[in-house]
Amino acid sequence: MTLTPKKQQEIEAVARQIRVDIVEMVHAAACGHPGGPLGMADFMATLWVEHMGIEPGNLHDPKRDRFVLGNGHTCAGLYAVLAHKGIIPREMLKSFRKLGSPLQGHPHKNPELGIDMSTGSLGTGLSTAQGMALAAKINGWPTRVYVTSSDGESEEGQIWEAATSAAHYGLANLTVLVDFNNIQIDGVMREVMDVRDLREKYAAFGWHAIDVDGHDIAAIDAALCAAREETARPSALICHTTIGKGVSFMEGKASWHGVAPNDAEAQEALAELSV
Amino acid sequence: MAQANLRYFGLPPSPPLIGARLRPPQGTRPALQELLEALGTSEYNAGPDQRPSAGFFRNPSLPIRRVTSTLTPPAVQVAATRDAYGVALAELGKDNPEIIVLDADLSGSTRTKTFAQAFPKRFFNMGVAESNMMGTAAGLAAMGKVVFASSFAMFAAGKAWEPIRQTVCIPNLNVKICATHAGLTVGEDGKSHQMLEDLALMQVLPNMTVIVPADSIEAKLAIRAVAAHDGPVYVRLSRAKTPVIFDEDYVFKIGRGTQVRAGNDLALVACGVELSAALEAAEILAAEGVNARVINMATIKPLDKDILVAAARDCGAVLTAEEHQAIGGLGSAVSQLLAHHAPVPIEVVGVRDSFGESATADQLLEKYGLDAQSIASRSRDLLRRKNA
Repeated sequence: MTLTPKKQQEIEAVARQIRVDIVEMVHAAACGHPGGPLGMADFMATLWVEHMGIEPGNLHDPKRDRFVLGNGHTCAGLYAVLAHKGIIPREMLKSFRKLGSPLQGHPHKNPELGIDMSTGSLGTGLSTAQGMALAAKINGWPTRVYVTSSDGESEEGQIWEAATSAAHYGLANLTVLVDFNNIQIDGVMREVMDVRDLREKYAAFGWHAIDVDGHDIAAIDAALCAAREETARPSALICHTTIGKGVSFMEGKASWHGVAPNDAEAQEALAELSV
Repeated sequence: MAQANLRYFGLPPSPPLIGARLRPPQGTRPALQELLEALGTSEYNAGPDQRPSAGFFRNPSLPIRRVTSTLTPPAVQVAATRDAYGVALAELGKDNPEIIVLDADLSGSTRTKTFAQAFPKRFFNMGVAESNMMGTAAGLAAMGKVVFASSFAMFAAGKAWEPIRQTVCIPNLNVKICATHAGLTVGEDGKSHQMLEDLALMQVLPNMTVIVPADSIEAKLAIRAVAAHDGPVYVRLSRAKTPVIFDEDYVFKIGRGTQVRAGNDLALVACGVELSAALEAAEILAAEGVNARVINMATIKPLDKDILVAAARDCGAVLTAEEHQAIGGLGSAVSQLLAHHAPVPIEVVGVRDSFGESATADQLLEKYGLDAQSIASRSRDLLRRKNA
């Protein structure tokens, strides 16, 4: 099933809106992580518009799909997409990272807001998503569980514990989307700690693993369709992305991992994104 | 204040327990007998030279301590709390189809194998990967399952501490961490396996409830209570067979301490295997004219404030005993509570800032000052401070 041009345009528009929201949220909070979620915006938009079965009307349906943001620091992107879905009130985005806000600096589980798991400490998301997928399998539910991860997070040993057991239990209802932008906090991945070929690694662990251009919406959609058709193995989409994508002065720069834009930078970024 | 029904604690009732019921094992009721049989419990009818000191895993080759060898040897029934865990889990599996059990390649030792054999579709071996096991447990719980996750205490509480914090306690999920082989009584495996820091690591976590059953009867009741409780729980269980203390009429409630011996000269507050030692110490002290109150503090968190404040006010001195570091466990929790609400002289009996070593359980309890004689001795110190 290929995307119609109309659907493709819709996803592109959502991705652009997510990017605008990320810049505005991180700027308003005067802190946070803009680079990662900007890079993930295209695959997050494709996933949530076309594949994810989480809607305002089914939030409390136990059989609905689940989502875990393994690389929790990129939550500005998750909050933006949940706002697009009408699950988080748009007004609430302004409270990101502020006292009393449910939109914490790293996601905190909140059944009312569609936040299915608390994350923040890298390495734990794949395990929790696996537990959800296992429960759905035990119950015979159609639930699919999507979890994001990253190249940096793949340095955590627990990721490979979970990769081992998810394959062992044949959790075909589990899909991980790995944001591979070649950047981690301390610099370029190859210099800090090279995780090498993640597709090969996941495949060696018994997963259905695919390399995909993380900014090619049609390719992402096709990979997500392939994951849904897989019946025996969990799927790993290694999404090759550019950190800071869409904001020229942030693209490819490790320095934008966890720094908020100042007023002038935010203005410039929003001008670029609104073109 | 709750007063426990005492079944047996290894020594004859002298002086008689006020309000407590001490019955010899000959009077065992069918229900208890059934449990003991299910647990494969042995009954000692040893002579004066080889009976366990209060059933305390005594190595027959060791010299019997004078004070206990003069007492009439009773029959002592012993059982391991981990065995009771296995039995309780298998029973709960019948009642609640939502119960899922995870283990990290130690199901034979932790006794989750009993459940695995009865309910193979609801048991998942996660391999030697404790952190992933805790995260998986959290995910299952987030979907509505009641999840029991087991390993040795060292690995469950130690190795997987941070995933427990992030994935179980922060989202406040219904995961029951039942950790066996806690403390020095692991014995010969030595310090790498003798978890003496788990109570500190677990009670410091918000949302976590921490329980240390004193015997197999209490362990079984605690597991039932834990299954019905909504939220994260850590249950500390032992490898070694320890004396069966409670009667099957005993009522366990999370967060409630129980007085198991009346007295007003000082209060001995103990948990886990140390309850037997405290009861034996109370008898040693009784022979010296000191009447010790003994309290079983099975729930370390939340602490039973009422029973502790009453003990401090009535007795004026409190000794705590645990098979754990003296820093960060029961003693720390009780001290902190009483410092606020009823300051009295306190003596904390625990391992004093050191790791253990390889030896028999009984040798280790003696060497590290956790046996009845040590508790009696520290009680005398405490009484001197109280009366100074």
